[in-house]
Amino acid sequence: MPSWATRNEVIVALVIVALCVVTALINPSFLSLATLFDMLRNGILIGLLAIGVMLVLISGGIDVSFTAIAAFSMYAATMLLVDLGIGDSLLLAFLISAGIGLSLGMINALFIAGFGLPTLIVTLGTLSAFRGFLLAFVGSDLISNVPPAMRDFSRSMLVRGTDAAGYFYSLPTAVLFLIAAVVITWFILYRTMLGRSIFAVGGSREAAARIGFNVRATQVFVYGYVGVLAGTAGLIHASLARVANPSDIVGLELEVIAAVVLGGARLTGGYGTITGTLLGVTLIVLVNNTLVTLGIPTTWQKVMIGFLILLGTGLPAFQARLRANRMG
Amino acid sequence: MPELADPQTRPEPHGGPHGEPPALRRLLGLVGGASPLTRLAVITAIIFLVMSLLRPDPFFTAGNFSSMAFQIPEFALLSLAIMVAMLTGGIDLSIVGVANLSSILAVLVMRHLAPEVGGEAGTLGVIALGILVALLCGSLCGLLNGLCVSYINIPPILATLGTGLIFTGIATVLTGGAAMMGFPAEYSVIGNGTLLYVPVPMWIFVALAAVVAVILSRTAFGLKVYMMGTNPLASRFAGISNAGINIRIYMICGFLAAVAGLIIASRANSAKADYGEAYLLLSVLVAVLGGTNPYGGVGRVGGIVLAVLSMQFLSSGFNMMQVSNFAKEFIWGALLLVVMVVNLLQFRSAPAAPGLPRPQGQPAPSLDKT
Repeated sequence: MPSWATRNEVIVALVIVALCVVTALINPSFLSLATLFDMLRNGILIGLLAIGVMLVLISGGIDVSFTAIAAFSMYAATMLLVDLGIGDSLLLAFLISAGIGLSLGMINALFIAGFGLPTLIVTLGTLSAFRGFLLAFVGSDLISNVPPAMRDFSRSMLVRGTDAAGYFYSLPTAVLFLIAAVVITWFILYRTMLGRSIFAVGGSREAAARIGFNVRATQVFVYGYVGVLAGTAGLIHASLARVANPSDIVGLELEVIAAVVLGGARLTGGYGTITGTLLGVTLIVLVNNTLVTLGIPTTWQKVMIGFLILLGTGLPAFQARLRANRMG
Repeated sequence: MPELADPQTRPEPHGGPHGEPPALRRLLGLVGGASPLTRLAVITAIIFLVMSLLRPDPFFTAGNFSSMAFQIPEFALLSLAIMVAMLTGGIDLSIVGVANLSSILAVLVMRHLAPEVGGEAGTLGVIALGILVALLCGSLCGLLNGLCVSYINIPPILATLGTGLIFTGIATVLTGGAAMMGFPAEYSVIGNGTLLYVPVPMWIFVALAAVVAVILSRTAFGLKVYMMGTNPLASRFAGISNAGINIRIYMICGFLAAVAGLIIASRANSAKADYGEAYLLLSVLVAVLGGTNPYGGVGRVGGIVLAVLSMQFLSSGFNMMQVSNFAKEFIWGALLLVVMVVNLLQFRSAPAAPGLPRPQGQPAPSLDKT
């Protein structure tokens, strides 16, 4: 088998096509602009978070606290905007939310880059600390009177209309943020020294340090970047839902991590692609949306995602093992 | 640490080996004293004293001691499981899923068979069968984890995250998400009975902790576990089958989780797919608090016992001070971070404590490659 055929991206793409074909055969109305736009809308949050997680995995770590960061920034930013009566500027809203996300990401960076503690355990701790702090000391009630800027943002659509079958479709402007995040992350990863240092640190921390990359600075950037992405994703989520619910978003972390590892990013670091991550996100969103159409009860959703995680990580790991065995 | 006579090995009087100012070393020495276990014992005693002084009426009472003794075993067993997995440099994030799946299988067996067999002996037989099925299920789940980690080479974090979702998912499918009732009345002894004034679940925990301690410190297998956790490459070249060790370790984890599941189910008189979800973070916290090194090779049962006690004193004390659950969640997370930083400073400033297999100057270069 040629090597490209066993790459995660190709396998995930084939599974996506197969799933689409089966769903379309069962329910022909699946193949419509409305479905496509619906899935894009659902993919914004998971997509933004997944890009951040991909960077963390490439750098050789893992982050499970990003959902708490997103929820924290979303809720605290909305609250600030409402309480201070400064809800007219969308730019300000995003700056505040991303800024809060950045600060929380810096707390992760302090423990991971500053003290060199294991990333899983640090982020397990911050997941619980951020979420607990938010719900105990910031607030636990829904904010349903979101500021005007966020309300207008949720109504702003790139495309809208009604298709031949009478289904209403619309594509929110927020999807531009996902596209921007993809472009910026691609640029950082493949066109800057910073991006090279992320790959280098993940590939071999020791080697990266010896050829002169600043390992700690790289880690600080990665966890800060995840914070900014999470803050942005949180505000978009609250805007589209037109409500800031502090217990939203947390709980999605496994789905997001599943999407990223399905796309081929390796927990051992040094490898991951944006294409793969986006395909992984597509598959997860597709699974979430089509299980019911396929007649599979939603109780099976967790089993499916767990199975996909094992498949997505097991296949490349097993191939690497076979290769190693052949070589010696 | 006793003062060493040999001037060459004695720490420099001014500034530690890594150049900490003497004041900081003295401060750490006060907290640290002889060994991490002693330090933890002192901290546990302080927490106990503070809570007893702050809330003497509800805290320092026989009723509270009894209720704490009933609450401790289930999360102590889960913490023990996490500690055992961490010894290999891995982690088992599927323990709560294993616990719930096992107890759900047990209740399914018991409620289908109990009405069919009559008599006391028959009921006891059915209960024994249910327990056996649960323990078997836990061990098989552990076997699956071990195979994923050692034969397919999936990093333990992702392998157990994935299998954990599958176990919880199967449990949800089996129960439809509802709480499963129908244990025979006699089964409640497992979680609620007392023997010689001590709760039955506490006896179970003490027995299993003793067995694990003996396995880890008195058998060749235990020595191999510590060796592999300290340096997997070296242990492989020493002729140890790392795969075999990993599989057995994850089976022990699964077994311990299944026992915890049986106790939880007996105390709740039902089994459910999402019982005890908060225990995962708490167990990791207890394992790290108890001096286990997440990079592998360091950790002892005694540390877990002390850490469990201190966590229970804190938790009960907070309940009596009416600290909200969310505030507790914040405190657990923050505590986990603080404890890791303190451990790190301790490792850096003090020479290897007696009984620890290796000095903890810097984390191994293979950072985060677990």
